[in-house]
Amino acid sequence: MPLLTDWVKKAIEPEPSSQQRNCRLPEAGERDEDELLAVRNLSVNVKSSSRPVIEGIDLTVGRGEIVGIVGESGCGKSVLSLSIMGLLPSALKLGGGELRLNGQSLHQASQRQIRSMRGKHMSMIFQDPMTSLNPTLTIGEQLTESLRLHLKLGGREARERAVLWLRRTGLPRPEAILSSYPHQLSGGMRQRVMIAIALCCEPELLIADEPTTALDVTIQAQILDVLFRIREEEQTSILFISHDLGVIAELCDRVAVMYAGQIVEQGTVEELFESPQHPYTIGLMKSIPKPEKKGMRLYAIPGTVPSLHDRGEGCRFQSRCAHAAAICLDAMPALEHRGGSHAVRCFLASGERREMDV
Amino acid sequence: MYWARKSFTLLLTLAFVLLLTFFAFRIIPGNPASAILGMEASQEQISELEQKLGIEGPLHLQFFRWAGGVIQLDFGHSIRFSEPVLSLIASRLPVTLSLAAMSLAITLLVALPLGIAAARARGRFADLFISLTSQLGLAIPSFWMGIVLILVFGLTLKWFTVSTFVPWSENAWLALKSLTLPAIALAVPQIAIVVRYLRTTMLEQMNEDYVRTAKSKGLSNANVYYKHVLRNALIPVVTVVGINFGEILAGSLVIEGVFTLPGMGRLLMTAIGNRDYPLVQGMVLLIAFTVIIINFVVDLSYRWLDPKIRLK
Ligand SMILES: Nc1ncnc2c1ncn2[C@@H]1O[C@H](COP(=O)(O)OP(=O)(O)OP(=O)(O)O)[C@@H](O)[C@H]1O
Ligand SMILES: [Mg+2]
Repeated sequence: MPLLTDWVKKAIEPEPSSQQRNCRLPEAGERDEDELLAVRNLSVNVKSSSRPVIEGIDLTVGRGEIVGIVGESGCGKSVLSLSIMGLLPSALKLGGGELRLNGQSLHQASQRQIRSMRGKHMSMIFQDPMTSLNPTLTIGEQLTESLRLHLKLGGREARERAVLWLRRTGLPRPEAILSSYPHQLSGGMRQRVMIAIALCCEPELLIADEPTTALDVTIQAQILDVLFRIREEEQTSILFISHDLGVIAELCDRVAVMYAGQIVEQGTVEELFESPQHPYTIGLMKSIPKPEKKGMRLYAIPGTVPSLHDRGEGCRFQSRCAHAAAICLDAMPALEHRGGSHAVRCFLASGERREMDV
Repeated sequence: MYWARKSFTLLLTLAFVLLLTFFAFRIIPGNPASAILGMEASQEQISELEQKLGIEGPLHLQFFRWAGGVIQLDFGHSIRFSEPVLSLIASRLPVTLSLAAMSLAITLLVALPLGIAAARARGRFADLFISLTSQLGLAIPSFWMGIVLILVFGLTLKWFTVSTFVPWSENAWLALKSLTLPAIALAVPQIAIVVRYLRTTMLEQMNEDYVRTAKSKGLSNANVYYKHVLRNALIPVVTVVGINFGEILAGSLVIEGVFTLPGMGRLLMTAIGNRDYPLVQGMVLLIAFTVIIINFVVDLSYRWLDPKIRLK
């Protein structure tokens, strides 16, 4: 019963502080005490064609850690997070690899087991708050149903707790909001409700899939503020998906950069932002608007992401890469360690490519 | 505001129905006086009887006389039965209304679980079976279904007595029993329609984002389907059921003939055959009124299901 011992340990031992946090990439099969979520060599395929949408994903989220995922639209960030939650759309299915939460395999778990973990041990905030709430049920009903299910609270207790959580997300007059319907709230208010729903059972892992993309800029900052204030208090681990490198740099401990269904580079925020090595990561950094470059045209990586069908044998980024060589066309580079927890999927950064370059 | 607008449309529709019932039937050739007196009657005899029946003079004056009576709930006397129209209808209406209500209840009781089951089993055997059967149910006319039911359950198995209607006031259990077969015959095509429609709307709703949110909370499948999806899927279904209630009502007029039930259907046939103007007008008006009321009820349940409309 690895799960039970984990719980006991967690209860007796104090939480590790962020300084003590282990930041290296664990090897396959290794089981780390601090590890909360482990994704090992995971792939997700299209059911009809068996084509992989994401593949070879290796990712660890430690207890109390915030891990960011960046990447262009369509690179598979949502597919990755849905596969962790066991909520893949019916056209997709899990391929090879491993998924573990608290040491318990999610890959082999029955539907019933995964269901008992959803909402209780892991939960998710979605991209679009306008459509993510049920239009025919009150906010109170949608918020209390998980409290009643997972924490076995009675009607009144659940209501009181729901009010408490709505207040924590900074919503004014939480009692009135409990009895209102989603269409009566603004996008920002709905996303606060979603945060309350996701966190009210105090899960260890929160997956936030671009929680602010659909909101306007001033609201975005408020929502992020709420999210990270509550997570400071609860020590929730977060898998934070975003387009915004600035936000990632500010909030995350570690970052994984995804491109066309693969992780192409990962490491701590310092490693990645101080010495990005993959040409795609470098391109992403260059395309962040900077105040001192005011008036100049924004940099954009040339070309577009190859579609599922156009992915060849070689490196996925090769068609857009200024440094591509013959080997990049023929072989897929592996995700290799570059000291510390830094890992890069590129020949350019590895020996093979250097030798060929001269 | 809602109620004011609603009452206004209600009155307007009723006035329109009033006009239509009166004039549409008068356009058809035929005359009750000559129908009663036969071929040999002289012109004097006919006009004398017309005067007695109150159907003489210009049409628009006749209309105002009739409409004025209707407003005071006086629908006039039946020509054929020489009885007040209202009391004739009152004796027949309960049979037809309870038949329609019963078949609506059967429709909902059977169609809702089947529609949900078909959506949940999408593409699997249960779904195909339900879809195929409902296709069949749609193709069978109610009167034929009624005859088959009489043959099987009435004459062969003898579970139900056919052709003897017992009024509700006499014995409610026997009344219920004598209405069961015709109600089923009426419900079958309605069940087929609702099952297919509900299956579609359930499947549409299942792709919505809020379903993913509900699942992400760890709710059981039953909870997701019955609590979250069904409520949203029912909104368009209610409209269809409401529109179809008129159909059920019309169908019950026909099925009463098959089961020889003393309802509005047979009374209407007799009235039309005898050119019994006051009786036909009174009945059509009442049926139209019932349909309008039903639509009103549909509107109310719509508002109950969809908070977006309710809270506007
Ligand atoms: N239901 C589905 N059926 C088939 N393919 C799908 C399905 N959902 C996603 N995909 C494939 O997975 C790829 C990745 O989609 P995903 O939604 O994970 O992208 P994303 O990185 O989250 O993009 P965005 O930033 O726009 O949210 C898509 O390009 C698409 O090809
Ligand atoms: Mg996405």
